[in-house]
Amino acid sequence: MTAVQGGTDGATVEKELTAFLAEQTGTEPTADQDLFATGVISSMFALQLVVHLEDEYDIEIVGPELSMDNFRSVRTMSALVLRLQDADTGSRDE
Amino acid sequence: MSDAPTLVKCLVWDLDNTLWRGTLLEDSEVALPDEIRRTIIELDARGILQAVASKNDHDHAWERLEQLGVAEYFVLPQIGWHPKSQSIKEIADQLNFAMKTIAFIDDQPAERAEVAYHHAEVRCYDADQAAELTGLPEFSPAVVTVDAARRRDMYQAGFRRTAERESFTGPDEEFLRSLDLVMEIKPADEGDLSRVEELTLRTSQMNATGVYYSDADLRALIADPGHEVLTVTLTDRFGPHGAVGVMLLGYHERVWHLKLLATSCRVVSFGAGAVLLNWLITEAAESGVHLAADFRRTDRNRMMEIAYRFAGFTGDACDCLAELPAETAPDRADIEFRHLVAERRPGPTTMSVVGPALGAEDAAGAALA
Repeated sequence: MTAVQGGTDGATVEKELTAFLAEQTGTEPTADQDLFATGVISSMFALQLVVHLEDEYDIEIVGPELSMDNFRSVRTMSALVLRLQDADTGSRDE
Repeated sequence: MSDAPTLVKCLVWDLDNTLWRGTLLEDSEVALPDEIRRTIIELDARGILQAVASKNDHDHAWERLEQLGVAEYFVLPQIGWHPKSQSIKEIADQLNFAMKTIAFIDDQPAERAEVAYHHAEVRCYDADQAAELTGLPEFSPAVVTVDAARRRDMYQAGFRRTAERESFTGPDEEFLRSLDLVMEIKPADEGDLSRVEELTLRTSQMNATGVYYSDADLRALIADPGHEVLTVTLTDRFGPHGAVGVMLLGYHERVWHLKLLATSCRVVSFGAGAVLLNWLITEAAESGVHLAADFRRTDRNRMMEIAYRFAGFTGDACDCLAELPAETAPDRADIEFRHLVAERRPGPTTMSVVGPALGAEDAAGAALA
């Protein structure tokens, strides 16, 4: 799993997420677009999104990390993924 | 074992020599016995859905069901030449029902065996038993609610909705707006209670506490000025969704205690949970109180955790929580608070919401005094 570590950089994650959202919602968001405010995704899509990020990037998103601010845009989601992957390699636990 | 058997939520009928007498391919005038017609109508009134799994030409068989005046009672007819285990899986998947809630009736032992082989939990009955089904406990819900009697209508409206959604290309929000959704929230009355109880039993996924409130508990709470029991219904241009949510609120001076929030899995895709939470948050903001929701992690309610977190609730401490039962109280094992300082929220763009003004008269009086 960590063999592909080098491939997971911000730009790649952002590109993958944009493609995923375009496929799921029929709209291609820009990296900074506020997805909740512009109605591209509504909260009903939240669980699907959380599960997708967890499966795709082998991370666990729990507790305070589940705040809407972390899911507000492609950019904030990408930052969350990278942060949790880093934390994971440092074997942080709560 | 005193446990009542799991109720059947959908009965799947074979047609030839089960529902009707004879084989359609040999006799296009096959007859429907009176006792079978009575069974179909009675099961429908009890809120048990009925489907068809038959090896026949679809159009021919469906036309005969229409001529016999019973086609309207069936959802998701599977009439064709594929194995019946596959038909049953299709029906269960589309309804989102567990196999143990599906029953199958067929005169052919081989067909029953084929279904049982693939889906051991499906209860299979011989055609001889058709007229006796209404006397069996697994076909006899303790309470038949208003919604139960309309359940078939609601599912059929649901299928029309899904079909329309599949043909709709564009953001979900635009589709939702096209449905003309209206959410109505109102204080529960006695008549609503059986629906509320049924909902808390049926919605394990969307129940934030996993706590079950009985009819008697809720009846007592309706009369209690310190509590509010609210029911939620949803309607759109295809028809009613029925009772889709229940909320139990305890009033305190500085905080409202959300003890139960359950929404039907049928309306998750409409974002009903978030709309409901935002409505409550606005009501709390207008009364100048915080909100504290009970949350107990179960292996099925992660969606509620996300709904609370996305709505802004946190696990942080607040002085207002001192008014509530301590997290260490014996009957509150594993229940945590999710707390929020309520601020007005903009109304939803996808539906209109009609609800009562909240706030206990006593608590409001005390706050003003």
